[in-house]
Amino acid sequence: MPYPAVELKNVTRTLTEEVIPITLVKDINCTINKGEFVAITGPSGSGKSSLMYLIGLLDSPTNGQIFIDGTDTSLASKEAKEKMRLEKIGFVFQFHFLLMEFTAIDNVMLPMRKLGKLSHKEMKERAEMLLGHFGLKNAAWKKPNQLSGGERQRVAIARAMANDPLIILADEPTGNLDTKNADIVFNLFEKLVKEENKTVITITHEPYLAKRAERQINIVDGRIA
Amino acid sequence: MNMTLSIALEYIRNRKRQALLSIFGVMLGVAFFIAIAGMMRGMHDYFIEKLIDVVPHVKIMDEFRTPPSQPIYQNYPDSLIDLRGIKPKEELRGIRGAKKIITKLYTRDDIRISPVLEGQAFLRYGGKDIASRLIGIDPKMERNTSNLARDITHGSLDRLLTNSNGIILGKGLANKLAIQLGAKLSVISPVGVIKKMKLVGLFDSGVPEVDAATSYAMLKKVQILQGKEDVINQINIRMNNIDAAPALAETLEKNYQYRAESWQESFANLFEIFMLENMIMYSTVAAILLVAGFGIYNIISTTVNEKKHDIAILKSIGFSERDVRHIFLYQGIIVGIMGTILGWVLGAILVELLAMLDFSFEGDVQAPVEFNDGFPMYRSIWLYIGGGIMAIISSSISAYLPARKAAALYPVDIIRGAA
Repeated sequence: MPYPAVELKNVTRTLTEEVIPITLVKDINCTINKGEFVAITGPSGSGKSSLMYLIGLLDSPTNGQIFIDGTDTSLASKEAKEKMRLEKIGFVFQFHFLLMEFTAIDNVMLPMRKLGKLSHKEMKERAEMLLGHFGLKNAAWKKPNQLSGGERQRVAIARAMANDPLIILADEPTGNLDTKNADIVFNLFEKLVKEENKTVITITHEPYLAKRAERQINIVDGRIA
Repeated sequence: MNMTLSIALEYIRNRKRQALLSIFGVMLGVAFFIAIAGMMRGMHDYFIEKLIDVVPHVKIMDEFRTPPSQPIYQNYPDSLIDLRGIKPKEELRGIRGAKKIITKLYTRDDIRISPVLEGQAFLRYGGKDIASRLIGIDPKMERNTSNLARDITHGSLDRLLTNSNGIILGKGLANKLAIQLGAKLSVISPVGVIKKMKLVGLFDSGVPEVDAATSYAMLKKVQILQGKEDVINQINIRMNNIDAAPALAETLEKNYQYRAESWQESFANLFEIFMLENMIMYSTVAAILLVAGFGIYNIISTTVNEKKHDIAILKSIGFSERDVRHIFLYQGIIVGIMGTILGWVLGAILVELLAMLDFSFEGDVQAPVEFNDGFPMYRSIWLYIGGGIMAIISSSISAYLPARKAAALYPVDIIRGAA
């Protein structure tokens, strides 16, 4: 039986602080179930990223409700949202956003250390396991500037997976990668969905990548087209 | 290790040169504070030590702090009284009941007393008339309450006992009179009594103003000269515990009504000067730390700007504003602590270097200043603790301002900008 990981009800996001209010996302209703691989597509400026930030609780809707794992986030406090992001959501962005001062393994361990549920040894083992899983066994002790673009993005995905989240949100994760590395990233996503029953929501511009997802949601002018 | 702290450390490690400059700034602030405060405090303590060596710790004087009110005012306190033509009574001044006070104080173990009669007199020798402050003393008691015995360079204090007409002059006074030891001079009091006295001693207190005007003779002789038999007008007290002087003065004044002045009260204006010097020193140190603070503010603001991406990802991972604020605040505190430790080392070195300085000058307080054994530095753990606290507070404040800004950054804005 499908279990909704993300539910959006009449979600609207308007930038009211602007002189002329700009509506980024308008009246979105949609449900994404656990274990689904969803691609969000649409032209630039259509509101894909804004929708993703709303699902990721980085932004709050002006109207409507967002349910994550059955919890109404519109009522949640800032701290509760931080906790949800830490435990249930993993982010991957177009830019890898790795901390340049830290090694790959330290970057992967950051969310675990923030969560603080595992011992240092367990964190290290889990991080090594994740990196190994993504073919980065040898890169674990390297710093980001010693890694290729594709490797960095895979480290970023490993970091997103650190706390075993329910949902992986990827905002054009392949935007800075060549086709070979983009394929690797999407292979990883497929693997996460199939083997670990993760929910992956990714934004992509590439139609051939979008086709690999189980479902495509096309956004035009802030609405589902 | 704490996660936010380890991130802070990595950030500092990545900006070694700038961090080092800020650390140097803090170091200088702390070191100068320790050295300058040590120097000031050392000098102040030295002066006080010298002062209390030469002055009575408490003196009871033949005057009242507030003159007693007229009887009519006392009898009709609420009436409107117009009293005219009040004339002061011609009375013999001096401490009444001095014998009783002396007997009582004499039995105390913790204090030593010496009754004196101080007055003006002209010294005439070889056609010269020179005014002098003539002090009548009891040599045996005076020996215990002042350094007169020690300061005598020619003759001795005991000769006053063997020669009851003897007089002891300050070196400068003797020079003005051009008089030799053993010579006789005339002493003329304000009440017109003239006495021939023999010079039996010379003293050098080290304070030229004192030596040029002061003379000592037997208490009995001075009482006769001044026409004040059995009268004394001051009781000098020296104490074992000088810090108890104000309390003793207060009790004495309450008991005997006469004005009793502690050395702290006598030198109140000197303490005010010390206070002013301290203020100047503290503002100098504050200025150094302020400049160091600007350095810290600058390095952390730059780091915040440069690490916006890190802030964005940390926040999207689930780091709280507090975590982000701590990352940058810790950097300031680390700089502050490192600067403080280096400042302690440099400060200790400066203190020892200053302590080696030799110089001397003539002080305008009542003591000569000679630092032949090096500068009298004040050394105390509290200077180190105080300097450290000031440095760490100023670096924390300097770091807090950009840290707060970092914590308030909105991750979506940064991510959009980066994409």
